[in-house]
Amino acid sequence: MNAWTRKDLLGLDELSPAEIRHILETARAFKGVGERSLKKVPALRGKTLINFFVEPSTRTLTSFELAALRLSADVVNLSVGASSLQKGETLKDTALNLQALRADIIVLRHSSAGAARFLADRLESSIINAGDGAHEHPTQGLLDVFTILEKREKIEGLHVAIVGDILFSRVARSNIYALVKLGAKVTLVGPTTLVPKVFEKLGVRVAHKLDDVLETADVINLLRIQHERQRKEYFPGLGEYVSLFGLTKARAARLKPDCLIMHPGPINRGVEIDSDVADGLHSVILEQVTNGLAVRMAVLYLCAGGAGLPS
Amino acid sequence: MSILHITNGRIIDPANKRDEIADLWIADGVIVEKSAIRNPQSAIETIDASGLVVAPGLIDSHVHFREPGQAYKETIASGSRAAAAGGFTSVVCMPNTSPVADNAGTITLIREKARASACVNVFTTGAITKGLAGEELAPYGAMIGAGIVAITDDGHCVQNHGVMRRAVEYARMFDLTVLDHCQDYSLVGGGIMHEGEWSLRLGLPGWPRAGEEMIVARNILLAELCDSPIHCQHISSGGSVRLLREARARGVKISGEVCPHHIALTDDSLQTFDSNYKMNPPLRTYRDIDAIIQGLADGTLDILCSDHAPHAFYEKEVELDQAPFGITGLESEFALFCDILLHKKKALTLNRIIEMFTVNPAKLLSLDRGTLSVGAPGDVTLVDPDLEWTFDKQKSESLSRNTPFHGARLKGRAVRTIVAGETVWAV
Amino acid sequence: MKEKSKTLLVMDAEAIGKAIRRIAHEIVERNSDIARLVVAGIPTRGVEVARRLVDHIEEIEGVRPDFGVVDVSMHRDDLATRGRPTAVVPSELPFDLDDRPLVLVDDVLFTGRSCRAAMDAVSSFGRPSRIQYAVLVDRGHRELPIRADYVGKNLPTTREEKIRVRFENLDTVPDSVSVVKPEAS
Repeated sequence: MNAWTRKDLLGLDELSPAEIRHILETARAFKGVGERSLKKVPALRGKTLINFFVEPSTRTLTSFELAALRLSADVVNLSVGASSLQKGETLKDTALNLQALRADIIVLRHSSAGAARFLADRLESSIINAGDGAHEHPTQGLLDVFTILEKREKIEGLHVAIVGDILFSRVARSNIYALVKLGAKVTLVGPTTLVPKVFEKLGVRVAHKLDDVLETADVINLLRIQHERQRKEYFPGLGEYVSLFGLTKARAARLKPDCLIMHPGPINRGVEIDSDVADGLHSVILEQVTNGLAVRMAVLYLCAGGAGLPS
Repeated sequence: MSILHITNGRIIDPANKRDEIADLWIADGVIVEKSAIRNPQSAIETIDASGLVVAPGLIDSHVHFREPGQAYKETIASGSRAAAAGGFTSVVCMPNTSPVADNAGTITLIREKARASACVNVFTTGAITKGLAGEELAPYGAMIGAGIVAITDDGHCVQNHGVMRRAVEYARMFDLTVLDHCQDYSLVGGGIMHEGEWSLRLGLPGWPRAGEEMIVARNILLAELCDSPIHCQHISSGGSVRLLREARARGVKISGEVCPHHIALTDDSLQTFDSNYKMNPPLRTYRDIDAIIQGLADGTLDILCSDHAPHAFYEKEVELDQAPFGITGLESEFALFCDILLHKKKALTLNRIIEMFTVNPAKLLSLDRGTLSVGAPGDVTLVDPDLEWTFDKQKSESLSRNTPFHGARLKGRAVRTIVAGETVWAV
Repeated sequence: MKEKSKTLLVMDAEAIGKAIRRIAHEIVERNSDIARLVVAGIPTRGVEVARRLVDHIEEIEGVRPDFGVVDVSMHRDDLATRGRPTAVVPSELPFDLDDRPLVLVDDVLFTGRSCRAAMDAVSSFGRPSRIQYAVLVDRGHRELPIRADYVGKNLPTTREEKIRVRFENLDTVPDSVSVVKPEAS
């Protein structure tokens, strides 16, 4: 019995709990590679991976690139500036060109929800979703769960609060899907405009007061909050946001002593999280980054093996 | 004299409350009494309609043919063939062509194209506002001269209520019907699917019910204010049905129409991000479907149509948020409505379905069609309400294939389309 | 399963126990500094053989060698041709390997590719002074110039046959090694 038979990783909503656990188990093995003196294994030797980023990113791109290099894959990064998408070529045509170059794996970051699924349905190459619009960012969800699991024996029964701009967050969605499947109690916290009540249909609770979850949360995952043009009609400003939802020192003091503080980065110090709190004992923010590498190695390893199989 | 004799069919002519087994005679393209046939020996074509329903030629009051401007999606000729294949003898085209049908010249061009190339009757509408921009009124008087049957900014919606009020008032001078695509831009924003659980799950921008209801309510108020009718196109929300029901009960001149996809499909269809499920207004929920069907059953909604919106394969073959809205519908709609309303839900009789495809749109748009009265044009659709068949988009007459109904098993079908006494299509 | 097959027991629990004990003795004979010795198993059943070897060596010498696990799946070079990846388990070599003798342990020696991958994996952890190779069964059909230093049983096979190793504590059936012959159809 093989626990992984997919060629693509598009999202966590479609995975079974067993599939999620299998990725996490595999990631545990790959985490060891990063701790060796020689941080490289030949698993994907001869495979070609293209990081196709139609939306800017530095940390996710770096993490995928390093993960692929540690697996001995040949890696090419194709970012939006260099992409022909700006010359009017469609996503499908560009992707078919990448496939014609014999890309075994395409890691796609795109601003449109469903873009990864769109390519996966049309290409033989493995498609790894590195973030599609507000839909999913599965490797981020996995690395967050992985990080929690390193500190706690199991996810089941843990109370995880996800705070911030949930409506537009793919990180939140992937976290919700994974955590709910693994049995966590999830509370979404944020302004009513960014955390609509309908989210409860996903099996989570919705709250609008951060203070109400501080004392019961085992994990607080703070999402990056921005106040650009399109958010102006959702909340009045960062000052008010901090006063209502910022994890200030005073609020951090009320947390359980072993509560984990997470953040997908990049952090706005002094906005969603106080600067000292971000650097404090509760914080596992940098461990998330390290774990991201292991999770991405595991995902690439599993999907590369699943590619080109008769289904 | 060319004579068509349709024998032994069950004639259903809702305009005359007629439902009986009888023969139908058409002479030189016009429906006549048998006694009017002076020379029965001369070239009589006889069609045996035993076991079939003989209905007035069906009218689809809401289609998009893409001529002029986007003939690669659909021409008037191909669109009219698709109409014939769906059982329609008349269609009403929306004005969002390129250039927009907002002037007599473009309307004339469309009418001439239709005369030259269409195998069914093609009626045209004009824009409410110039360029569908929602700002300045289009020249209704001149467009009526060129032959429009209604005005609409379909695909767009006049946001400025003052402008809409003047449009309705000005149109009343000509008894010109005003159709409206109901969409409040500030509520809908960049929404591409029903706002609800699935838009949240999929991370897609939501198109809330209130975005439609707001304009339906606006139209009710303006219809009252101007004492003039407004017809709300492609109703998708159960809330709109409630608003319409309440207003019609008070005697407000407001009406609404229904497209098959809004009662056949729900928003969860988009979970595969297939752009053939992306339409405007969007697919909603079972709650809405029930309310719409209830609205049809109690007469709140009284017109059925397709919103046939062809798009080239490559245009739909993109990221979902970048794909155009709309699906084709002419060849599947009548069967879908029969299948759902007559057979599955048992919500409407076949007579009422035919009524909503014939006399009702004819009345709304003042068309001299939609009935089998003596003297009416000889447009007839033969229907087999119990025929089971599978819709195959590859066999479509349309130039486009953007339909979510490929492979659907359906019960009920138009089997022959007769325009002015001539068979233009048959199974 | 439609395919018919015939299973032939070639080692029972007693034979397996004897073979592992004998290998343990041989390892002790050929390695002077047992305190510095590392015995590392290749998942899944090589780990069990290694664990038993460590127990026996401790019994014989009174000193327990370090025990480890060497994952080979991510070091194999045939992912592309095998298709599905095998499950990866974490390598456990949490000690300095440099200049220490290491015995790699597997249940069955077949093509030699696992051994090659294991040596590759080991080299990413450190540089042992010497690597030896112990297997419970050598069934032949090598594809690489690899041979075992310690062999429990040499078992000539055809390529089509499968060797099935079972351990009571892993598989809940008595310890056994059997040959599974596909029935000619």
